[in-house]
Amino acid sequence: MSQVLFSNEVAPVQPGGPILQVEKLVKHFPTDRGLMASGAVVHAVDGVDLEIRPGEVLAVVGESGSGKSTLARCVLRLIDPTAGRIVFDGRDVTALRGRQLAGFRQQVQPVFQDPFSSIDPRWRVGRSIAETLNAFAIGTKAERQERVVDLLDRVGLDPSFARRHPHELSGGQRQRVGIAAALAPEPRLIVADEPVSALDVSVQAQVLNLMADLQRDLGLAILFVAHDLAVVEHISHRTSVTYLGKIVETGPTERVFRDPRHPYTKALLEAIPHPDPERPLVGSVLEGEIPSPIAPPSGCRFRTRCPVAIELCAVEEPEMTLFGTGHTAACHVARAELDASAG
Amino acid sequence: MSDLLRLEHVDVGFAAEDGRVSAVSDVSLSVSEGEIFGLVGESGCGKTTLAMALMGLLPATAHVAGSVRFQGVELLGLPPEELRRLRGDRISMIFQDPMTSLDPTFPVGEQVAETITAHRDVDKARARERALELLGDVGIPEPDRRFGDAPHRLSGGMRQRVVIATALANEPALVLADEPTTALDVTIQAQVLDLLRELRTRLQTTIVLITHDLGVVAQICDRVGVMYAGQLVEVARVSEIFRSPRHPYTQALLAALPTQHQAPGSLRVIPGRVPNLADPPPGCRFSTRCPYVMDVCANVPPLAHETDEHLIACWLSEATKQAGQPDHAAAGGAA
Repeated sequence: MSQVLFSNEVAPVQPGGPILQVEKLVKHFPTDRGLMASGAVVHAVDGVDLEIRPGEVLAVVGESGSGKSTLARCVLRLIDPTAGRIVFDGRDVTALRGRQLAGFRQQVQPVFQDPFSSIDPRWRVGRSIAETLNAFAIGTKAERQERVVDLLDRVGLDPSFARRHPHELSGGQRQRVGIAAALAPEPRLIVADEPVSALDVSVQAQVLNLMADLQRDLGLAILFVAHDLAVVEHISHRTSVTYLGKIVETGPTERVFRDPRHPYTKALLEAIPHPDPERPLVGSVLEGEIPSPIAPPSGCRFRTRCPVAIELCAVEEPEMTLFGTGHTAACHVARAELDASAG
Repeated sequence: MSDLLRLEHVDVGFAAEDGRVSAVSDVSLSVSEGEIFGLVGESGCGKTTLAMALMGLLPATAHVAGSVRFQGVELLGLPPEELRRLRGDRISMIFQDPMTSLDPTFPVGEQVAETITAHRDVDKARARERALELLGDVGIPEPDRRFGDAPHRLSGGMRQRVVIATALANEPALVLADEPTTALDVTIQAQVLDLLRELRTRLQTTIVLITHDLGVVAQICDRVGVMYAGQLVEVARVSEIFRSPRHPYTQALLAALPTQHQAPGSLRVIPGRVPNLADPPPGCRFSTRCPYVMDVCANVPPLAHETDEHLIACWLSEATKQAGQPDHAAAGGAA
């Protein structure tokens, strides 16, 4: 196989193994419950493998229905996967319960799109942040107060914010509080689900800068789930592209954006409306819409919309093929092209 | 091309507990026949309020002043009955969430047909025929089969196509589209943008596109107006504004967009926050966050022609200075 080596822009890798490994993860939801249950299931996540190294930002990008948020919720252990394994720091955490699960949650913290969903609107900001510390029994009351001030400072907010209520805050300030709360127990991995998609451009820039600073200064690993490709290209070291519950392509962000191999990745990138009139959209590249995750297509799930699909695609599910250092994609056609170029 | 829509000195205020909120302040602009005009800005900048004002859709608590002329007819102060006749006929609107415009219990085809019979003296069979045609035009596959479907049976992208079909039902002269693709996935957004562009070419429909998305503006608009805190700060051709933005706010907004060229952590941010519109700063409302602020900025900068196709409201601009000639002598420091 022709191994093309690229000057890859990989994360400043820290020694040791990955901090998170997700293996063959599956999450199916029943479509209905009770007496009339038909037994049909939604294949939200259907066999996902991924790895994050310490200090690395891995973006999981996809459109609605791709399963990216379900994947994030499984990793956070907010929902139980149907099958597969989640390994954190070398330890299987898929079935942790009770005290051990609390220990895991201390190290893996969420940041959500709407910080209100994780902040009690009646509580003052300081109490919300202190509560995270309290939940993990970290420090004495006085120490927690002190830590709240440190954390607010860390996310660029004045200590006086501790006494404010969420409704007095702007969207960007609320997201900073959400991040401060997530940082409170000193996690090693942040799982951020669309953390900036509700924010205006100028505020989004502030929050992205903050996340980049924290990642670098604290050596945090971040699983960054998003639909905005420009944001993903800016902030992540590696990118995984999801479609209908599967990862179709993974690689160093620069490679995935400059030299995409999967037809879906190509279509997604071509659909970005660039803020540059000199880079016009070539027109809608994809026909139709994402099929139902209740009955995903046979073989390659993208084949029903794929502009280059061949007969094989309906029969056989494509395997991940290596296209360069750390760059893999699951596509029969791309694979055939690669084999042909290798002679 | 002539002006289809002309706004002059439009103000919109809302009565609030702590006085009056000035949501739109002294906005003047004109939109030519057949053009796609973008109105862009961040939350709270007044872009949607402005659109609602010219459709006569604001609540009674709103105080609207100035002039809005559509095909030469003054819309402000028009009797509600006459406004209603215009809406859905000569002027129509597309909102972000299709479910706000569609009746959830009513077949989608009927909804398109009803828009026609509400304004046109045609029989039901003819309206149905026309509705089917429209559904086909906006790219709904098998319109015959879809006609009787309730909205919930359609995907988000398909629903938005139905809303667009409804908006086009009576071949309006003007379509106001408020974030029409914001709720859609990027590949579906590309399809809908294609559709809007094609409709303009085919029907010569004038579109005012309200959006926060500078990418959408760059891809589909001919000209764009940038709003900040209720004021219109810059108007230019799209090719011009992305190449050489003149207003400090426009410059800051474009610089805040994430790209792969900037190292993570180094995006340009705009310090401070949007002023409280119940108590806005005097003069230029961006002055509290502007890196080039001068004494003269306490006066409202008039929107003036820098070139034929580029208007700017900023005291740094010679055009603004000439148009404004404020009482106070212009302080130095113009860069």
